[in-house]
Amino acid sequence: MIKVLFFAQLKERLNCGELRLDLDKSLSVNSLKTHLKAQGDIWQECLEDGRVLVAVNQTMANADTIINREDEVAFFPPVTGG
Amino acid sequence: MKVSVQEEDFDVGIEHKKLALDNSQDGAVVTFTGLVRDRNQGQDVHGLTLEHYPGMTEKALMDIVLQAKQRWSLGRVTVIHRIGRLNLADQIVFVGVTSQHREAAFQAAEFIMDYLKNDAPFWKKERTKQGERWVEFNDKDKAAAKRW
Repeated sequence: MIKVLFFAQLKERLNCGELRLDLDKSLSVNSLKTHLKAQGDIWQECLEDGRVLVAVNQTMANADTIINREDEVAFFPPVTGG
Repeated sequence: MKVSVQEEDFDVGIEHKKLALDNSQDGAVVTFTGLVRDRNQGQDVHGLTLEHYPGMTEKALMDIVLQAKQRWSLGRVTVIHRIGRLNLADQIVFVGVTSQHREAAFQAAEFIMDYLKNDAPFWKKERTKQGERWVEFNDKDKAAAKRW
């Protein structure tokens, strides 16, 4: 099982803060995005946004980063702290 | 090195003392405190709520401090960032750095703030007369981090 988290605007727009996915093999962040986008128009729209950032196991990642079973993946908008 | 993500307020005087106390090898203490401002992106702001990514936030801040320590010879470093609901003029963030001389302490404090604004997973939602809105990422912050 991988854990997928969403934060801030993404969490609100998708109405989803966390979901779990059963993976039979490793996949890239890009493949995971494609899989998630198939869940509906709002998923397509939110994850299509080029500004969306991704972290794998709490470290910034990119489209090619490989996700393994038990990994934690997070999608979020550009950060605005400080 | 101290990194804290917390709902509670902090006391700049106490934090300053902790940086300076029994630290006679360092001649410089530089601190920065960020506050909730009453205006942003053209609208009056009544307050804000800070969301974060528990776990990653602390890691990201720790990593930024380590990068600063590699670039400058620093003594003590403190980073505190608040989360949750904040009101106008409330303290949001504190960065404190000590060094033998002022130059490294000034630069490292600025570096830490610039990187925090780009890399630490916090998100601000402002309360305005027109309702709540998520703060948009500021390209100026990106440029500020690029200069280092």
